[in-house]
Amino acid sequence: MPLLDIRDLSVTFATSTGAFKAVDGVDISVDAGEVLSIVGESGSGKSVAMLAVMGLLPPTATVTAAHMEFDGVDLKTASKRRRREIIGRDISMIFQEPMSSLNPCFTVGFQIGEALKTHLGLGRSERKKRAIELLSLVGIPEPEKRLSAFPHQLSGGMSQRVMIAMAISCRPKLLIADEPTTALDVTIQAQILDLLVDLQKETEMGLVLITHDMGVVAETAQRVVVQYAGKQVERQDVTGLFDAPHHPYTAALLDALPDRATGDRLPAIPGVVPGQGDRPTGCLFNPRCAFADERCRTVEPPRQPPELGEALCHYPLHTGEAAA
Amino acid sequence: MTGIIEADDVTRHYEVGRGWFGGSATLRAVAGASFSVEAGSTLAVVGESGSGKSTLARLVTMIEPPTGGRLVIDGHTVGEETGARSGQMEELRRTVQIVFQNPYGSLNPRQKIGTILEEPLVINTKLSAAQRREKALSMLQRVGLRPEHYGRYPHMFSGGQRQRIAIARALMLDPKILVLDEPVSALDVSIQAQVLNLLADLQEEFGLTYLFISHDLSVVRFVADDVLVLYLGRPVEITTSEAIFQRPLHPYSRALLSATPVADPRRKRQNIKLTGEIPSPISPPSGCAFHPRCPYARDVCIAERPPLYDVDGAQVACHGIAQGWIDLDADWGASHDEVPAG
Repeated sequence: MPLLDIRDLSVTFATSTGAFKAVDGVDISVDAGEVLSIVGESGSGKSVAMLAVMGLLPPTATVTAAHMEFDGVDLKTASKRRRREIIGRDISMIFQEPMSSLNPCFTVGFQIGEALKTHLGLGRSERKKRAIELLSLVGIPEPEKRLSAFPHQLSGGMSQRVMIAMAISCRPKLLIADEPTTALDVTIQAQILDLLVDLQKETEMGLVLITHDMGVVAETAQRVVVQYAGKQVERQDVTGLFDAPHHPYTAALLDALPDRATGDRLPAIPGVVPGQGDRPTGCLFNPRCAFADERCRTVEPPRQPPELGEALCHYPLHTGEAAA
Repeated sequence: MTGIIEADDVTRHYEVGRGWFGGSATLRAVAGASFSVEAGSTLAVVGESGSGKSTLARLVTMIEPPTGGRLVIDGHTVGEETGARSGQMEELRRTVQIVFQNPYGSLNPRQKIGTILEEPLVINTKLSAAQRREKALSMLQRVGLRPEHYGRYPHMFSGGQRQRIAIARALMLDPKILVLDEPVSALDVSIQAQVLNLLADLQEEFGLTYLFISHDLSVVRFVADDVLVLYLGRPVEITTSEAIFQRPLHPYSRALLSATPVADPRRKRQNIKLTGEIPSPISPPSGCAFHPRCPYARDVCIAERPPLYDVDGAQVACHGIAQGWIDLDADWGASHDEVPAG
């Protein structure tokens, strides 16, 4: 049984111009010890889906799901108190902007201690001991000194290490990392990704990595979900996805990468991701798709079988090289 | 030396306060950069944050004068022969234009697109309103926007469209040099490709010279003719784009390249791991600024700052490469494990 199992999750926001479905019928399952990556452009709803799991969405959001279970607990029926016990302890999250995710008014040691106090009920000296342990675990030099540092005294990479220390402080079973390295330099990005993967292997936790960077996906993920305008358009294992993408959007996204380009021009995807007012009928990708025909413009595409990457498409690509 | 941009040991220092009793310290954002850019080509400047990339962009754009060295742009020396208010300086400013990183912050939200595009013309030319409008409309079309966008406000555009507007604004005065400060790093992959294609087309059409500032090496590989790797305000390697990706010489270039994720799950994981972070430019390390993070560092690296040596057609600031005691073909991963983290 998977650690996190979500079926048919939808999130609708009530906006001043009407309802907006940011996430539409998303299925996510993560096993313990697995790295799942969710990729998509901005506005594809990749963060919103995970925020819904964490219960961090504003009151204007309506979350519906057919099934939502974490480690044997039904999150749909669980009381708020029960959910609060799980969130932050068994499921924790790292955010994109490490500099703005930390509270500037409190020391690093205090902020790491908060979760330890709330969830584990540790005393003052135990908290300090564990905080030092965590800081050295995430590779911060001189952890005793850093406990009394304020966030503005840390660099971006160091702040993200502190965020990771906070997230793993209660030994979570599932860690959700939302663009953890986007704000960082490549050399620091490499250090942070290595740290996350090492921690994940050591503690056998599940890791959900939300990113827009195909390079990061290729180097860290085992399974990949490609999201477009709130829908999952393809779900595959990482080698299959890069060798034989079945959805035209995945294929176009890979072709548009500068490091895969061969000629003088990049094969760009024309147009932009549809917004609230201009969602097309039929397949959501049809206005930008090179293979779209009349059927794509009128009929919503079916979900293809697993050997075709569960692509949400009438005419999946690479049908001959179906992934094993 | 016939490049359109010629920099000879250009420096830019800032005096920064250190609190009430600390006095002031000197921050060497650009500590001595020499390079040259051929007209019509693209020089990419890469490095981590804090390496001085954006300061270099500000110097070339003449937003700030260099504190030392000689910067020659299109045959004129910046700061010297041209007084700040002389007509020559004005002329020179029109030759260099800049596109900033964040298209959400670089367009005035209260101005219509037309006003934004025409402002450089109002300030620098004597064109009539009708001529300005005509020029703005043709430029809009040239960057892939429609004439009806002329009367709209920036918030009505997506990130990619805003970056097109910023590019159009930079081109209004027919500059020869365009400084692009991370022009695509705020954009999604599919939009990034559109903007990179547009930049390539415009360069061909107008014969532009690009100074392309970026931290993303995969983008650099696609756009650049030459690459300058910057570390703590000094170039550590200047070479062609092909050479830097085929056979990077400087240990820092090699580490940077190996840390860049590649969209190929079968590729061998990076074996060069850089420990630590870039030091503060207020108190840079002695000798070679990279030595605290370099696995090959010897005594000479701590004592003496390496000049730019000519090696195999590239310029490299490294003692080990010049004297031949760094084996380029050896696997760094094996030797690096013995080096204590710092």
